[in-house]
Amino acid sequence: MAISQKLVRTYFLLVLFLALRAFGNLSLAWGTKHMPETLAADPLVYIRSMLHPGIAVGVVMLIVALLVRLALLSLADLSFILPMTAIGYVLAALLGRVFLHETVSPQRWFAVLLIFGGAALVSSTPQATTGKIEGSK
Amino acid sequence: MTWVLLAVMVVATVLSDLLQSYEMKRAGEQSVGARGVGRLLRMIVERRYLMLSIFCLVFSFFSFMALVQTAPLSFAVPASASSFILETLAAKVLLKEQIGPRRAAGCLLVLCGVALLGK
Repeated sequence: MAISQKLVRTYFLLVLFLALRAFGNLSLAWGTKHMPETLAADPLVYIRSMLHPGIAVGVVMLIVALLVRLALLSLADLSFILPMTAIGYVLAALLGRVFLHETVSPQRWFAVLLIFGGAALVSSTPQATTGKIEGSK
Repeated sequence: MTWVLLAVMVVATVLSDLLQSYEMKRAGEQSVGARGVGRLLRMIVERRYLMLSIFCLVFSFFSFMALVQTAPLSFAVPASASSFILETLAAKVLLKEQIGPRRAAGCLLVLCGVALLGK
């Protein structure tokens, strides 16, 4: 695959993963906050919680996000993907503020700048520094 | 309880990511089209390290669910990023990824940002 085509695919999967994880986490947080029971060591409570619409939608979105991330890991290094997907933390803070009315202090805007700066630096490095591991199927 | 849940989540996340990255490097390039998704699902069932990584992810996921119920999402998500530094080091040592000065500086900036986001 040509390098530019691989790069486009990597960034497409990255954006898809970020969107799925941000909205999946949001749906999960909304669902757990609206549950009558407290999640603890009892596995039955976790299984019952899956019936809550917010949690169910969140789980499906996070499962799809997992598959997208697996495809992403086949194209790029883990140490490349980790800082790039940190942009998701910014999205989580913003979505938490807008939809869950959580407080986001002014210093978090500075944090957002740091994360974007760091991600920009990492994006200027080669996305994959190791070849396909020998002995693969 | 918050810190116990956080610790379980971090350890499970690090293990899960390392196993996933190792297996996906072995598998070669994958897609997310209809056939690609089917192939990815089949790989999870057939490859034991991927299966183990999903097991770790389930632990991490349930810890996260319990965490977001008691702590704000804007704390829980950035706090979970403490796994970030451990994973980057493990990627260099175990997965033999090349982490040059620019990538290292970028990772540190992101880590500082995520830590600040959690305050």
